[in-house]
Amino acid sequence: MQHHTVLHVVAKILLPLILLFALYVQFHGDFGPGGGFQAGVIFAVGLILYGLIYGVDILKEAIPSRVLRVLMASGVLLYAGVGVLSILMGGQYLDYGVLAHDPLHGQHWGIFFVELGVGITVASVMTSLFYAFTS
Amino acid sequence: MASLGLYNYWLVIALMMIGFYIVITSPNLVKKIIGLNIFQASVFVLYITMGKIIGGSAPILSDQIAVYSNPLPHVLILTAIVVGVATTAVGLSLVVRIYAAYGTMEEDEIEKIEAQEEVPT
Amino acid sequence: MIEALIDEAILGLMLVIAIGVLYWRNLFAAAMLTSIYSLLAAALFVVMDAVDVAFTEAAVGAGISIILTLGTLALTCGEQKPRPVFVLGPFLLVLLTGAVLIYGTLDMPDYGDALAPIHSHVAPRYLEESRGEVGPPNVVTSVLASYRGYDTLGETVVIFTAGIGVFALLGHGRRRGKVVAKEEV
Repeated sequence: MQHHTVLHVVAKILLPLILLFALYVQFHGDFGPGGGFQAGVIFAVGLILYGLIYGVDILKEAIPSRVLRVLMASGVLLYAGVGVLSILMGGQYLDYGVLAHDPLHGQHWGIFFVELGVGITVASVMTSLFYAFTS
Repeated sequence: MASLGLYNYWLVIALMMIGFYIVITSPNLVKKIIGLNIFQASVFVLYITMGKIIGGSAPILSDQIAVYSNPLPHVLILTAIVVGVATTAVGLSLVVRIYAAYGTMEEDEIEKIEAQEEVPT
Repeated sequence: MIEALIDEAILGLMLVIAIGVLYWRNLFAAAMLTSIYSLLAAALFVVMDAVDVAFTEAAVGAGISIILTLGTLALTCGEQKPRPVFVLGPFLLVLLTGAVLIYGTLDMPDYGDALAPIHSHVAPRYLEESRGEVGPPNVVTSVLASYRGYDTLGETVVIFTAGIGVFALLGHGRRRGKVVAKEEV
């Protein structure tokens, strides 16, 4: 894929849009269709497109696989950490109502961070699967 | 509407059975995983079919809409899809390792190689 | 009625593609057909009001799983050994299983029936109360992240574990490259 000018140019235009769309899906998931799982996959697809067209090695320079390994674990930890935090604030595990003064606000914060954790884990696992299978 | 009835379920079952047939008859390990994927996608369709209400709308709350389809199957299948691709990746990486060890990914040839290795010892 | 027709048409196309996968010996073609199969399933999910699921299926089934399959084929080989497609024993077994499953569906409520038992428990509560208890208008999000938070935590851990499993089996590529280099020396 090194010599396809059209692909290079199109990918360069599409890539930021795909990543931006992934972030939109992540943070707008409460109101429309979307959420952590979809956003993670779309983000990873954007990175994989870049890797397929410009070469995996260039993608690995931008995002080394050790960074992905840390992100994989930190997404799960963020999710579990929200649960622990809600115990510390006096509620039950993963009971977001206690995270803010108003239970509805607490739920909103809880869902925000939980979905973020899911998104981080899914995006980094999918990208590192791509690394494992292409090299 | 009653004419449609259970027809949908039967088509989904036919899809499932094609996937099942590929899994049990194909000795090629990658083809087996592809068959498994088809089976899996058909099960997803079966679940979502059960959650549909005719005249209903997508479960995103709004003041103008009175009837929503059942959101519960959606939640279950949403997570199942992503978990499904992760487990498929584990299966495929096992195939890669088997190919590296035996030089083939046809089940019967692998058995033949194993049988030959056992004879001299 | 039109919804039902679209539904049946998409299921029919999926049936054709599944049979195509069964017959095709070239694994690259079979992988492509599976990708199309997933995309059609995603279209079907939109017809059935499952927008979130359709979203995921389109990105995962038609995007990621094809790349993984093609990666595997690049590391192994892309052609299947020629074999008869029709084998009597398995065919009868599949026919029997299908017949039993169809017998099982005879008791089920009709497609799209609003009075089906599945809609009478739990789901109405989610639809009526989630706005006041959790907040987001997207009920799928509130069930996924709040009502069934444990479930989703488990799924996230499964994905994480699968990632670790693939690392254990295949390495990161970089390390495997070094091993090959050593063998060449």
